[in-house]
Amino acid sequence: MLSILRTMWNVLLHTFHKRVTIQYPEQKPYLTPRTRGRIILSRDPDGGERCVACYLCAVVCPVDCIALQATQDENERRFPEFFRINFSRCIFCGLCEDACPTYAIQLTPDFEMSEFNRENLVYEKEDLLIDGPGKYPGYNFWRVSGVQVGGKGKGESENEQPPTDVRRLLP
Amino acid sequence: MGTIYIDGEAREANDKQNLLHACLSLGLDLPYFCWHPAMGSVGACRQCAVKQFKDENDTRGKLVMACMTPATPNARISIRDPEAVAFRAAIIEGMMLNHPHDCPVCDEGGECHLQDMTVMTGHDYRRTRFPKRTFHDQYLGPFVYHQMNRCIQCYRCVRFYRNYAGGHDLNSFDIRNTVFFGREKDGVLESEFAGNLVEVCPTGVFTDRTLRQHYTRKWDLRMAPSICGHCSLGCNITMGERYGVLRRVVNRFNSEVNGYFLCDRGRYGYEYVNSKERIRDAMLDGKRISGDEAEQQLQTMISGGKRLIGIGSPRASLESNFALQRLVGKENFFAGVALGEWEALTAAVDALRTTPARIASLHDVEESDTVLILGEDVSNSAPRMALSLRQATRQQSFEAAAKLRIPLWMDDAVREVAQDQRSPLFLAATGATRLDDIAAKLYRAAPDDIARLGFAIAHEIHSSAPEVPGLSNEILEAARTIAVVLKSAKHPVVISGTSSRSIPLIQAAANVARALCDSGLRASLSLVAPECNGVGLALMGARPPQEMFDSAKDATVIVLENDLYRRFLRSAVDDLFGSAERTIVLDHLANETTARANLLLPATTIAESDGTLVSSEGRAQRFFQIFPPQPELRESWRWLRDHAWTSLDDVLKAMADEALQLAPVIKAAPQESFRIAGAKVPREPHRYSGRTAKTANISVVEPKPPADPDSALSYTMEGAHVQPPAALQPFFWSPGWNSIQAVNKFQSEIGDALRGGDPGVRLFESSSGGSYFNAIPAPFTPRKSEWLLVPAQHIFGSEELSSHAPGIAELAPDPYLAMNAAGAAKLQLEASSEVEINLGGTAYRLPLQIAPELPDGVAAIPDGLTPARGAELPAWTAIRRAQ
Repeated sequence: MLSILRTMWNVLLHTFHKRVTIQYPEQKPYLTPRTRGRIILSRDPDGGERCVACYLCAVVCPVDCIALQATQDENERRFPEFFRINFSRCIFCGLCEDACPTYAIQLTPDFEMSEFNRENLVYEKEDLLIDGPGKYPGYNFWRVSGVQVGGKGKGESENEQPPTDVRRLLP
Repeated sequence: MGTIYIDGEAREANDKQNLLHACLSLGLDLPYFCWHPAMGSVGACRQCAVKQFKDENDTRGKLVMACMTPATPNARISIRDPEAVAFRAAIIEGMMLNHPHDCPVCDEGGECHLQDMTVMTGHDYRRTRFPKRTFHDQYLGPFVYHQMNRCIQCYRCVRFYRNYAGGHDLNSFDIRNTVFFGREKDGVLESEFAGNLVEVCPTGVFTDRTLRQHYTRKWDLRMAPSICGHCSLGCNITMGERYGVLRRVVNRFNSEVNGYFLCDRGRYGYEYVNSKERIRDAMLDGKRISGDEAEQQLQTMISGGKRLIGIGSPRASLESNFALQRLVGKENFFAGVALGEWEALTAAVDALRTTPARIASLHDVEESDTVLILGEDVSNSAPRMALSLRQATRQQSFEAAAKLRIPLWMDDAVREVAQDQRSPLFLAATGATRLDDIAAKLYRAAPDDIARLGFAIAHEIHSSAPEVPGLSNEILEAARTIAVVLKSAKHPVVISGTSSRSIPLIQAAANVARALCDSGLRASLSLVAPECNGVGLALMGARPPQEMFDSAKDATVIVLENDLYRRFLRSAVDDLFGSAERTIVLDHLANETTARANLLLPATTIAESDGTLVSSEGRAQRFFQIFPPQPELRESWRWLRDHAWTSLDDVLKAMADEALQLAPVIKAAPQESFRIAGAKVPREPHRYSGRTAKTANISVVEPKPPADPDSALSYTMEGAHVQPPAALQPFFWSPGWNSIQAVNKFQSEIGDALRGGDPGVRLFESSSGGSYFNAIPAPFTPRKSEWLLVPAQHIFGSEELSSHAPGIAELAPDPYLAMNAAGAAKLQLEASSEVEINLGGTAYRLPLQIAPELPDGVAAIPDGLTPARGAELPAWTAIRRAQ
């Protein structure tokens, strides 16, 4: 009897406390930029697709919800032919972002992606690709990598010597 | 064997080997780059450093390179010694100074030996700030992709390409940290073994260009053990698939057959599986029908009371041929092989089954110290054997090295001792071959003359062999010299084959082998057969092909995976189909024969089938489905099966009951019921990705993995990840060893058989019966106005299936007719002028090529590559300038 009364008293006291919950969706919460929500694919500062289809996000994904296929354009630049995330399986763990060597795949603070149909949660590359570099504005993998790619020859990457000349006679 | 002490622990080690070999054989992890189990040690990379101690009281020790130090009994070493650990880490750091930031876009990533070794030594952070050195890359042809920046200068590529495979056009250039590995200028790599660079290179300098077109990481491939279907040697391969597309072929180690290497036809011929020419639907008189309808149609057609004629195929599995033979009856089952080729093949199988000599596996060929090749261009007809032959010619230098007490793994020293010394390889061929450079003696003649030489050698070796009448002094002298050398050998091998379609050649080779055995030598014999299952088809007891043309009248003809227009004269095949009541064709690639089918049934390729192939040494080897075929596609044996059969095991059982000589085939691989800890062997690596997304675009509901009723392999990543029996080994992977070099972890001793024995069973061994062959041909005499037209084999193009792969097609030669300059002069023709020949009543035009090696009176055309490919060869024909 006494415990019931104490409980009711506590409930009454809470009526005068500051509220912890907010009135979502009328009121939006503040989410830090590092919140792990909807996944996007970003572009490098030059506007090209950042994803080089290395498959590291796919292999690290604990629920195996990323599938892609690599291909290359006429300049030997590699990119995903298709890139699919099945958000109905995604657990937003962020491991794909950790694994990505080019900052292409990033998790955003957007989490509002409820659907009535599971089919609508399958995102293809055109649904994922955004127009900007996302959280990492400066980085362009192709400027660092040693491979030859459209407009950049051998030895023209950052911190590279010009290509050696096999036929030179100097020691 | 002796005892060595590794980190204080006593272990058994092979004292004829080095410490690296010993450590790896014991399952210990010691990083290395330049050492290769097939190529020995040179001590170039300094990566396998260990501490060696004088005795148990020595605590200081000294750093030694494990690969350059013999595993002498009582050697004391430490792998874990801090100084050795620091040294190895420093070496890796040095190699990584210039290694580019390429892993995400490098095709080696995920199966890179450099990645594995870097992780193994613990080097994980780059400290240097200096700019990296770079190189220009080269175009090396349709198979190998070059990215020189990634090189760590281990020299494995040139050691393989030049020393092991005998190539000339890949070399090292320049000095110090700018050593460059490539060609003198851009161009297609000449060696037919260049594709092995992809596996030999420990990093991504040489990668698979065909894989690059549809790139997938190793961990994402669904893989299964398979057998190469592009020649008769039966090399073991692993194929990988993703999204229903076959992605690549890599070597699957088999110590008796291919060892560590494949030829380029075998490695890159796989792309026919993805060809646009694939037959994907069943067709009834040109109209598409469903698989079930096709099944019904087939039943009505075969049960109509009409006589059934079955035409088997040397490129279809034993099971498919057997299912057809069972369906039509033994008396109505014909070999779908060109007449001359079939006769040569049955003669070869006959010779192999009666010979007292050992039937040589590729490993036996490699260990032979004297070689006699009679009329077979193995570099083109069975290319992997040419690589074994190159190793066989080193046997003599091994003896010289042993005398100087140089261990054989000390590769550079052994080659230094050898200089140009080679074991004798006697080569008799009609035209130029790619082994001419290592031949001790070359003999160029028409096939009949080569056979006469062979018979003469046999008689010189042992007098019970028949004597050859009317030999010229010159040939007699040659035969005597060769006989003397062969008799002084320890393990001589005699090689011939069916590609010249000459029975005397095969019998001459068998006679030489028999004569050697009669002289008390341990000789071996190897006869190259046509296509991947020619020997299997011959063992089935098919009726000879010439009889099928008469018996096809008003019958229902069933053609199994065979383009008859490639093998027989157009007019004869047209007549066959014309006189037949109905034609049922099963195949996987569209060709002229499939165009003639009333009922066309889509069959599966090797990659989508289970079955068995019998190699030219009589080794039955099982291949397994890499991926389930599309629903309308079925294995040929499944289309033709007896309704009591539900799985491959039922077919095998029926076959064993029916044909006694094929009974051991069942043992070629474990049956479907085989389980490890209650589970099947997974085809997918444990890190196979995209399971819940790869078909989400079609349906978000994940489908149940397909069942496999035919094998003990599963289509999932679940199952026991322990070593299965070798025949079921889907891929080589071991923790920390992602590259193909993980095979170290699966061998009983490095370079030795896979644990539990190599896969495959031999269907016949040497026998004690038989006798010498007596049918010695008359000497070849050139005719006045006619030439003997012989087929010339080409590694790229002569084989039907691989020529559908774009890379192979690119390297295949254009059609030609070759003769020597004297012949051309006689006809007043010059190179590349058009000539006209007449074969089987049809005239063909071909550009002329001058081949100085061809004997007088003999002309050659590329096998399978000209419009005249259905014509029976060799044949006499007039050659004249085309009007």
